[in-house]
Amino acid sequence: MVGEFSLDPFVVAVIVGMGIVTYATKAGGLWLLSRIDVSNRIESGLEMLPGAIIIAILGPELTSGGPAEWGAATIVLVAMWRTENVLFALLSGVAAVLLFRNIV
Amino acid sequence: MRFSVDGLRDGFVECLPVALGVAGYGVVFGVLARQAGLTTVEAALMSATVLAGAAQLIAIKLWETPIPVVAVLGTAFIVNLRYVLMGAALRPWFSQLSPLKAYGSVFFTADENWALTMGKLKSGSQQGAYLLGSGLAIWSFWVVATVIGAIAGSAIGEPANYGLDFILTAVFIAIAVGLWDGKSSLLPWMAAFAMAVVSAQYLPGRWYILLGGIAGSFVEVIRFGG
Repeated sequence: MVGEFSLDPFVVAVIVGMGIVTYATKAGGLWLLSRIDVSNRIESGLEMLPGAIIIAILGPELTSGGPAEWGAATIVLVAMWRTENVLFALLSGVAAVLLFRNIV
Repeated sequence: MRFSVDGLRDGFVECLPVALGVAGYGVVFGVLARQAGLTTVEAALMSATVLAGAAQLIAIKLWETPIPVVAVLGTAFIVNLRYVLMGAALRPWFSQLSPLKAYGSVFFTADENWALTMGKLKSGSQQGAYLLGSGLAIWSFWVVATVIGAIAGSAIGEPANYGLDFILTAVFIAIAVGLWDGKSSLLPWMAAFAMAVVSAQYLPGRWYILLGGIAGSFVEVIRFGG
């Protein structure tokens, strides 16, 4: 059993690796882009990446789910869109999935 | 460009409302990290050293035993590539600061405080410490919220009993709503969706995530300006 406050050396190494990779992207723009020119076309492609990756995660997740998940996903979508309140949207979704799973 | 306590404080205070919103995601991240098997200290360490919400949540999605290191680091890199552009946008101002101040400040870049800082600088402010100040607000709320979420997460038993197995999906939907940029997002997102569903069907592991993301980005590059 893993204690709540313990540190696993390998996990720490992966986390530090993530930190280094992320810092490289944050500092990279200051450093690298003084040397190369990025076209607007490439720029808009890079800006599209996070959204596209999120959608790529959701795709198989939703197609492999059932009506309860689809219904709850719609609730989250609408709640987030109307209120822009993350916690409210998430709680609505969780409540909806519980409810729908018990009905369907 | 100045780099003063005033700028630091202005950044911090003006970013507080935004940081509060970020904290919502932080609590959720803490709960999910704990459920994925990270300890509270490990979750806090990740929030303190990585400071990139989407990348961290995706890492949690990928997290299993043994940890798929290449997938975790590779996806973090790709999803964070936008920071290269954000850093580049800061160059006209940050090139006037000492390297230590400039490169130290950019560690605290997050989407939210970067946008605030750009607005400030473009309107003529000479406050070089604004990014650092606003970033410290985000960073402290993010780390504290992670700890709160992780401690709460430890107390929760079987996730499916509470519908918590659905929460990661819900988080990604919420993030997607925030990233939706009108109709121009539609075609790239459809490409990402289709590519991901098909490659999840035929390829092992989590390659579908990167392939879908790249497909969406590729469509955007192709149709750019057209």
